[in-house]
Amino acid sequence: MLSFVLRRLLQAVLVLLTISFASFMIQGKLGDPVRQMVGTSVSVEQREALRDELGLNDPTLVQYGRFLGQALQGDLGTSYYYKESTLTVIANRLPATLELSFCALVLVIVMATPLGVFAAINPKNWLSRSILLFSTLGLSIPIFIVAVFLMYFFAIEWRLLPSFGRGDTTQVLGLWQSGLFNKDGLMHLLLPSVSLAFVMTPIFIRLIRAEMIDVLQSDYIRFAWSKGISAPRIYFIHALKNTMLPVITVGGIQTGTLIAYTILTESIFQWPGMGFLFMDAVTRVDAPLISAYLIVVGLIFVVTNTLVDVVYGLVNPRVRIPGYSA
Amino acid sequence: MSLLTLENLSVTFGKFRAVDNISYSVKEGEVLGIVGESGSGKSVSSLSVMGLIDYPGEVSADNLSFADQDLLSMPEKQRRKITGSDIAMIFQDPMTSLNPCFTVGYQIIEALKTHDGGNKKVLRARALELLNLVGIPAPESRMNAYPHQLSGGMSQRVMIAIAIACNPKLLIADEPTTALDVTIQAQIIDLLIDLQKQKQMGLVLITHDLALVAEVAHRVVVMYAGQIVESGPANEVFSTPRHPYTQALLASLPESASGKARLEALPGVVPGQYDRPQGCLLSPRCPYATDHCRHVAPDSQGSLERQVKCHTPLDAQGRPAA
Ligand SMILES: Nc1ncnc2c1ncn2[C@@H]1O[C@H](COP(=O)(O)OP(=O)(O)OP(=O)(O)O)[C@@H](O)[C@H]1O
Ligand code: SF4
Ligand SMILES: [Mg+2]
Repeated sequence: MLSFVLRRLLQAVLVLLTISFASFMIQGKLGDPVRQMVGTSVSVEQREALRDELGLNDPTLVQYGRFLGQALQGDLGTSYYYKESTLTVIANRLPATLELSFCALVLVIVMATPLGVFAAINPKNWLSRSILLFSTLGLSIPIFIVAVFLMYFFAIEWRLLPSFGRGDTTQVLGLWQSGLFNKDGLMHLLLPSVSLAFVMTPIFIRLIRAEMIDVLQSDYIRFAWSKGISAPRIYFIHALKNTMLPVITVGGIQTGTLIAYTILTESIFQWPGMGFLFMDAVTRVDAPLISAYLIVVGLIFVVTNTLVDVVYGLVNPRVRIPGYSA
Repeated sequence: MSLLTLENLSVTFGKFRAVDNISYSVKEGEVLGIVGESGSGKSVSSLSVMGLIDYPGEVSADNLSFADQDLLSMPEKQRRKITGSDIAMIFQDPMTSLNPCFTVGYQIIEALKTHDGGNKKVLRARALELLNLVGIPAPESRMNAYPHQLSGGMSQRVMIAIAIACNPKLLIADEPTTALDVTIQAQIIDLLIDLQKQKQMGLVLITHDLALVAEVAHRVVVMYAGQIVESGPANEVFSTPRHPYTQALLASLPESASGKARLEALPGVVPGQYDRPQGCLLSPRCPYATDHCRHVAPDSQGSLERQVKCHTPLDAQGRPAA
């Protein structure tokens, strides 16, 4: 277990290094920081001096080292537009995105598990076929179509739900602006999280169905049947736990997809989260903010995947407990 | 009294007859050996007795009954009550037949709870007793072990413990030792035979090991390509085989040094789904095959006690009847 944790940490560090390097390079290619700091009235010599002072003429590797050093101290640069630490800007938007992703994830689990299991258990049933058809179609429907469709009916035609923004928020634990604890916030959350869940659910339905079908053909399920155990016990106790193991792993990998989709969802619903912020930063060529976003997202990705691995290890006795060796 | 009776049982997968009109019976306390090459339908026929044939497989029979209860016509729920308690089965690969996510104790107690019920303490005590019975050392600590922590032999013992948990009257063992080390095989067989004697269970022992059948079985069924080609009391079948296939199997016995003859007596292989010949299914491999054999399939002759499926059954000298 210890070597497993160490290996995982090493991987995490490597991934983060790669991401930080990539975002550093992007930052270097996007616009000229000196131009952002001083107007066009400053002479070429003065600019050169400023460049020297800022270290912009140092070799790339030296600059990257400095960038990394600052990053480790929690300094990811200052946003051109907000004139504030990029990390602060992002941290202010983080709760909105996390809450959106969390709600979407809950919806995905609640929808995909029963549907996937049902389709696996009753392969011939017309409902199973419809579920499969829906998940195939769902895979190919872009999220903005789903979002615009939902927005049109629920917000514009029927005026049931708000179409943009986050609504009221409440301060939780002193530092977290949450929309989960009041009605207005929840109403605002509904359309974006349903859209987000809608595009993620098909992947998981298909995954759960496929895994479950595999598991149901395994020797231990056949032996369980031969014990005379009831069908619900076989499906929901014997089979489901084994089905969920690979699903957890893939779930971790899908974090990346989820992050990508939050960018789109937030832009469509003008959800004041990190994704929306990122789109803005791109439009404004706010290089430090862009690279800070990439690093934070990389961090989130690495942390979730590590957490997922730990959960997997806790659920799977074969990882948790060393096995028999002949 | 006859415990299990099969009359003209067939299992079909679409057009393919994996098991073709087989009939046999097992009495209380009797050991029935089923032998036959790979693909001859031994597993499929046993699974059909357990009610474990899945779609698209279909089971049909003139009679499939256990202790005079018709298994095919009884409600699903009632049948499930019999499966796992009165009839139990153990499988070939113990390492994959236990659920990797649950402890040994959980899986034994589950079987007990399903059929007998009882409170936690009683169930636990009975599970420990069972682990003891199947010869697992330090059963207390094994209760909390997961299957991957056990060796193949241990896993097979656990599977046996689960199978006999509710004192079945009939135990079907489908090649219970094939996946194990040679040194462990004999121990597991000894355990099974011990338990069978102790509990006076009927035991259906499916195996490739003819020498083993000769040693422990009261009766033998020889299967070929989904059919029973010969059956009868073990000593009769082994001393005077009446079917050419059985004769060939037995002929191959002494040659194998270990006495564990694999059933490769005749050149060729068991015909599968797409290459079943016309007439007698053995005719391409049978040394006595005639033109008649190649066109007309033989019927089963004799009684359930001693059946043979050949146009020209062998006589006491091992020669085909005229
Ligand atoms: N689910 C299934 N669908 C279609 N054909 C099947 C299925 N299960 C088994 N069969 C076929 O039925 C035939 C008999 O298989 P079975 O497993 O009973 O053989 P066996 O005698 O147990 O062989 P072995 O000694 O290898 O265990 C084989 O030809 C096999 O391919
Ligand atoms: S019927 Fe003919 S081919 Fe078939 S076993 Fe008898 S002798 Fe051989
Ligand atoms: Mg088999």
